Amino acid sequence: MKESTVMEKKTGMLQIIDNEGNYRRELEPAIPEELLLRMYRTMATVRKFEEISMGLQRQGRIGFYIGAAGQEACSVGSTAVLKKEDWIFPAYREPGALLLRGETVLQLFHQLFGNSLDYNKGRQMPNHFNSREKNVVTPSSPIATQIPHAVGMAMGAKITKKKEIALTFFGDGATSENDFHSGMNFAGVFKAPVIFFCQNNGYAISLPTSRQTASETLAQKASAYGIPSERVDGNDILAVYSAAKKAAERARNGEGPTMIEALTYRLGPHSSSDDPTKYRENREVEEWKKRDPIRRMAGYLRKKGYLDDESDRKLMDDIDKEIRAAAKKAEAVPKPPVESIFENVYSSMTWNLKEQMEETVGRYGPGYTGR
Amino acid sequence: MTVRTLLQSVTDAMKTEMELDDRVVIIGEDVGRDGGVFRATEGLHAMFGGERVMDTPLNESGIIGTATGMALYGMRPIAEIQFMDFIYPAFDQIVSELAKISYRSGGTYTAPVVIRTPYGGGIKGGLYHSQSSEVYFAHTSGLKVVTPSTPYDAKGLLIASIRDEDPVVFLEPKRIYRSVKQEVPDGAYTVPIGKARIALEGKDVSVITYGASVHTCLEAAAMVAREGISAEVVDLRTLSPLDIETVLKSVEKTGRAVVANEAPKFCGFGAEIAALIAEKAIDSLRAPILRVSGFDTPFTYTWENVYLPDAERVAGYIRRSMSY
Ligand SMILES: Cc1ncc(C[n+]2csc(CCOP(=O)(O)OP(=O)(O)O)c2C)c(N)n1
Ligand SMILES: [Mg+2]
Repeated sequence: MKESTVMEKKTGMLQIIDNEGNYRRELEPAIPEELLLRMYRTMATVRKFEEISMGLQRQGRIGFYIGAAGQEACSVGSTAVLKKEDWIFPAYREPGALLLRGETVLQLFHQLFGNSLDYNKGRQMPNHFNSREKNVVTPSSPIATQIPHAVGMAMGAKITKKKEIALTFFGDGATSENDFHSGMNFAGVFKAPVIFFCQNNGYAISLPTSRQTASETLAQKASAYGIPSERVDGNDILAVYSAAKKAAERARNGEGPTMIEALTYRLGPHSSSDDPTKYRENREVEEWKKRDPIRRMAGYLRKKGYLDDESDRKLMDDIDKEIRAAAKKAEAVPKPPVESIFENVYSSMTWNLKEQMEETVGRYGPGYTGR
Repeated sequence: MTVRTLLQSVTDAMKTEMELDDRVVIIGEDVGRDGGVFRATEGLHAMFGGERVMDTPLNESGIIGTATGMALYGMRPIAEIQFMDFIYPAFDQIVSELAKISYRSGGTYTAPVVIRTPYGGGIKGGLYHSQSSEVYFAHTSGLKVVTPSTPYDAKGLLIASIRDEDPVVFLEPKRIYRSVKQEVPDGAYTVPIGKARIALEGKDVSVITYGASVHTCLEAAAMVAREGISAEVVDLRTLSPLDIETVLKSVEKTGRAVVANEAPKFCGFGAEIAALIAEKAIDSLRAPILRVSGFDTPFTYTWENVYLPDAERVAGYIRRSMSY
């Protein structure tokens, strides 16, 4: 069987900026300078956050890392079209969505360290970020499960005549799971105001897209559910933004769901436990490095006169300092006390949990945090 | 004989059976060229090709459903579920279909599928890469549930599972994939399904356990031995069908029973063992049957070392049983 990834599938896609940052004026979305710079900063922050976190992982200071390098434009470009009341149902490669909504790098580090300030109380592996306040819903590891949740939330908003819409992220592999199909079908039938954002990075761990589907594109799956779809260059922040903007308008106008297939690539391993040399050529990675979404956006910003060498360097310096300081700070925060293990299983603690908590406290002492 | 880890024994068992029987095929996510995320199928794609070592779409119900179809057709599929935590999308195919095919067809059809899946905590996997949900399957009539704790048993039990006419859920304790090593025979041999093993002989208290916890219990037994307590460690090896005879024999000898595992306690496998001992051997008991297990909470990332019963916790329960 001949295997292939997105590299070889050249079916048309929306592209606005090229690798050097040249852009097609007739397609250029109107984005205020302030927002553009914030989007750029967010993408650069995700990249740096990841570089530093991978380092922490290799030193054994965090247990695991699963990164977004190369895919930053997807979550940032699409989140940028939302209002803050809209809900996001992420997978694990979307720290950009949180950061663009104003979440701090420090808070993300609390999650990676699983410390007492982590919203999840140290229960999840790294990169399972959520924020109730920012309307980014708690993700799980099982693939594609968030998709029907996003549809249900959108159905709820529609039933209660609210204006909020849902945006959900998932990968190419996720389109094989039953939950993707359940979610798409329900969204089509109920005309739910939801955006299905598929980050097609060509692989599900080691397996190329040709192992997920025999269809030409992932976007075409939408048509079977009566849902319009669009393919975009996922490394082109303007293309992502434009497609998401259109989808959001459709959702807000009561026209129902849209699927976006963004063609992108993860430049790093699947996770800190993965060795990508087992299944892909370095040549392919080098090829995609030329399409780096951050460099492309920088090129565009320069051409617009919003960025120059000096301001770029200063920005990168600031980001670097902010992240290093945050990592240090989060690492110094103690773990949640052992009693926390038994909280939130139910809205109030049951007898068996109380018994187990007492036994645990008996052994480790009350309020034990490992120190 | 070759010194192998538990993981290498799993690989070797599949290789051995695939060489002997061309009906044996492997199906799962990343099992091909990648060799599996834990490397359990490393080298097999190169040896047997993509038609016998099949990388599938990311869909567990599809993996188990198609494996069931192949088995109905006479093949011997080994389906890998990447982590036990991801088996639930296939729950319907396993519980409603696979487990009931023989019964509902009056035995006119069988579906000899082996479902291999790594399970248990201890790898910093948080909620979704650490679960021990063996009881869902042990509770389901028609499924056999097997879990080795040594490289020798891993190979022999996996070969026995592949050859078995019934569907087998083969649980691999991933925490000890690489940490236990042992001399393992080359070539084919079987360890019978449904037979427990005395991992350590003792006379004062029976510690009944399985999977990675066997090693924790052996450590605990060594701790209490210094205090003059002689613990017998029973490694169940198969959860269903359970070797009740070996369990009862041990408890009748010692008069005390502690059941240890890392899954949640409530409705856990320890409850079944305790009930069986109470039903069948109450007269030989000199202390209440105790259960030491994971907590009745989902698994947790930061506190996994507290969640998992360690030797100290198991030893505490052994002492409690002794001092009753
Ligand atoms: C139900 C389920 N099965 C298997 C896995 C193991 N797994 C984790 S990530 C992954 C690949 C996901 O691929 P894709 O959807 O393309 O997302 P990407 O990682 O490429 O962003 C797999 C198989 C899982 N997390 N959940
Ligand atoms: Mg992918």
